[in-house]
Amino acid sequence: MIHTMKLGYYPGCSLHGMAVDFGKSTVATCAALGIELVEIPDWSCCGASAAHSTSHLLGEALPARNLALAEEAGLTVVAAPCAMCSNAMKKTHELMVSDKEAAAEISRLTGREYHGGVRILNAIQIFLEYGLEELAKKVILPLQGLKVACYYGCLLTRPPDLLKFDDPEQPVLMDKVCKVVGTEPIEWGFKTECCGAGFSMSRTDLVCELTRRILENAVNNGAEAVIVACPMCHSNLDMRQANINKMYGTSFDIPIVYLTELVGLAVGVKPRKLGLRKHFVDAMRLTERMVSASKKEVPVAG
Amino acid sequence: MRYTIENQQLHSELIEQVEEIIQQSLSTCYQCGKCSAGCPVHYLMDIPPNVVIRLLQLGQIDRALESRTIWVCSSCNTCSTRCPKEFKIAECMDALRELALATGKDTPSEKDIKLFHKAFMSNMRRFGRVNEASLAGVYKLKSRHFFADAVAGIKMFLRGKIKLLPHKVKGVKEIRAMFEAAGYGRKEERSSDRITR
Repeated sequence: MIHTMKLGYYPGCSLHGMAVDFGKSTVATCAALGIELVEIPDWSCCGASAAHSTSHLLGEALPARNLALAEEAGLTVVAAPCAMCSNAMKKTHELMVSDKEAAAEISRLTGREYHGGVRILNAIQIFLEYGLEELAKKVILPLQGLKVACYYGCLLTRPPDLLKFDDPEQPVLMDKVCKVVGTEPIEWGFKTECCGAGFSMSRTDLVCELTRRILENAVNNGAEAVIVACPMCHSNLDMRQANINKMYGTSFDIPIVYLTELVGLAVGVKPRKLGLRKHFVDAMRLTERMVSASKKEVPVAG
Repeated sequence: MRYTIENQQLHSELIEQVEEIIQQSLSTCYQCGKCSAGCPVHYLMDIPPNVVIRLLQLGQIDRALESRTIWVCSSCNTCSTRCPKEFKIAECMDALRELALATGKDTPSEKDIKLFHKAFMSNMRRFGRVNEASLAGVYKLKSRHFFADAVAGIKMFLRGKIKLLPHKVKGVKEIRAMFEAAGYGRKEERSSDRITR
């Protein structure tokens, strides 16, 4: 498999803002794995929920500008770690390659041509593309035996016909990555339930109800951490955990960790470089598991 | 509940627009109710998703446009994914939201959700990327929820999760031209004022 890799990179607005930890950990972990990330020049917002909710044309055209820019820059494979961004870009790509009429209409809006030459990767796919065997060789500090709940949410797998990624009801690909870094993914029932996504500010009560159900199921099934690959999932489960405890009288205290952070720890990236200290619910406790585990079982260096 | 169904309503222009946007016939749905059974926000809806589709099939689009349902739908796509007829329910909800705003037929319910969408869009039009600090600021001024999340906001700032200065993309004119070409005018954004009052 590949030892060095060059990928286009679309951080999206979140990874430069509220999900700066997701952005930092993506960059640092990729660097540690020898993956070179090349940011799409002058990228713009993918439109997110607001665009597709208020204008189907903008929902389709906003991601198209970034696809066209990536193509112009010669980037054929682009990592878009944010689940919303990768979802929107994959959907627009599929539409433009399958429907010439729609593609012409979108190009009229963007003023740029896109010929379908870009493949988009979500955060999980970065590691799958790298190769799990190759990744296993880079693991120097496995989080041996840490019980994790892999939470996929909505946007990584749905709609399945357009995204063509994993099973929409029982996905397993994030679980596979988690096993490579030594953790034990649990069986649980809320892998693909919705967290309320963009309603975090406008309908906080809705978000707290949905996330309470998710956390409850994860904890009841023995999870010590929830692993995510989406900025909205992270902020709703991490930042809103205090709101949930206040609202429902619960006492959740479970770290919510980006997949890129988890892999980063295991391949020896410093927690500070991963943004692990920026969480609302303390996630630094994971590093303790890492050290004690490495004493028990030192893997063969690759 | 009694509905009067008239022949002209069955083929109204608005209903044709829904089918045009989703590129699918509304009669695809055979009312099994699986979408409503699996909907995570069903408990907040005034009309279950399958009934929204039924209303459209019967020409009652105004009732759908006035519903709370279309706004609390979180676009999770569980409905479309599970639909045995592969009807695009989530996209249909998108189309209804779009038409509700375009026609002004929406009710004042769920104004915060609409305000947030609009604040998001105008932020994007202005900078080309979304700056969460100015987005939250505009949303708070318009929704008048000044102090909700103040503590969380401060904590985010201290963690470096909020950037005060927005980054403007060089091609912001292209973004504005896209808004223009899509017929998404400033009027739509300003109409958020109408909702608050």
